[in-house]
Amino acid sequence: MRILDLFRRDTSGKDIAQQRLRLVLAHDRANISPGMLEQLKDEIIAVISKHLEIDPAKVAVNFTEDQRETRLIADIPLRAPGRNRAK
Amino acid sequence: MAGKIITVASGKGGVGKTTTSANLSLGLALLGRRVICIDADIGLRNLDMMLGLENRIVYDLVNVVEGRCELRKALVRDKHYPNLQLLPAAQTRDKTAITEDDMVRLAREAATLADYVIIDSPAGIEHGFRYATKPAELVLIVTNPEVASVRDADRVIGLLEANGQIETRLIINRLKPDLVRRNEMLDPDDVYDLLAIDIIGIIPEDSAILGASNRGRPVVLDERSEAGEAFRLITRRLEGEDIPLVTPKGPSLFKRLFGTR
Repeated sequence: MRILDLFRRDTSGKDIAQQRLRLVLAHDRANISPGMLEQLKDEIIAVISKHLEIDPAKVAVNFTEDQRETRLIADIPLRAPGRNRAK
Repeated sequence: MAGKIITVASGKGGVGKTTTSANLSLGLALLGRRVICIDADIGLRNLDMMLGLENRIVYDLVNVVEGRCELRKALVRDKHYPNLQLLPAAQTRDKTAITEDDMVRLAREAATLADYVIIDSPAGIEHGFRYATKPAELVLIVTNPEVASVRDADRVIGLLEANGQIETRLIINRLKPDLVRRNEMLDPDDVYDLLAIDIIGIIPEDSAILGASNRGRPVVLDERSEAGEAFRLITRRLEGEDIPLVTPKGPSLFKRLFGTR
């Protein structure tokens, strides 16, 4: 097993640590619980759905963090590509 | 002129706050500065042991705050390095024994007697952390290059910023150069990217630190120790010298192959 490990080139420990910390620090800094974030997501879905057809299951709302700046990113895929592209 | 009040804090326990406080206090004294270090960890006193002064304690911080003893009388002077004095924590009381205002008054009085007042904060972010950081002009935050202590350091930085305490510097302790080389440990650049505060020193993991604490002789006295050298560099940076940061490389290849450490 150890010899096999030598040849495995998967993500390094430090990269995983950094990715995990980025996410957890973004949440800590925003001071919002996962429950509140879920509620926020539901409300965003409700508002957007009034105007566009979206797939609620594919909506992702999350924080990203860069230095000490945190932003909220909402990824909201539309259900079907619009055919009647009004110019 | 009053001395500079510096608090050593971390959030997470066990990252090397007390070791750092002991080494920086003694290191500054070795540079000829008058230093008073205050152990603010009431109930869990340890700075005295790190400095080898545990047998000489008569009075403590709480005695001074309660007016039973004057500050000058409670200070324990190091016989070998007389520039260094320690105000020990009380061991039989708890942190509710003093208030933030008590600590501010005490630290300011100490600052009239020394060039540096170094306060060793308790772990955590509760009352002990608040009174220990309240009087500080500069807070040194100690972290290790691993997820839990980096996360806690970020909390501490956030709390200090919220209190308007802007001057903070980071000390990365227990860096293992061989793990960094193999990409298995966060390196100082990674930690800086995450926490975005200036780093004032990087201390490598060094077996000499255990020996130093066993003997009560901080590693800053050890000319051959890499960690000792890293602490000496921090004291010079605190003195205003412009010394570039260096990431410890660990023992040379030769020493790694043939060394006994």
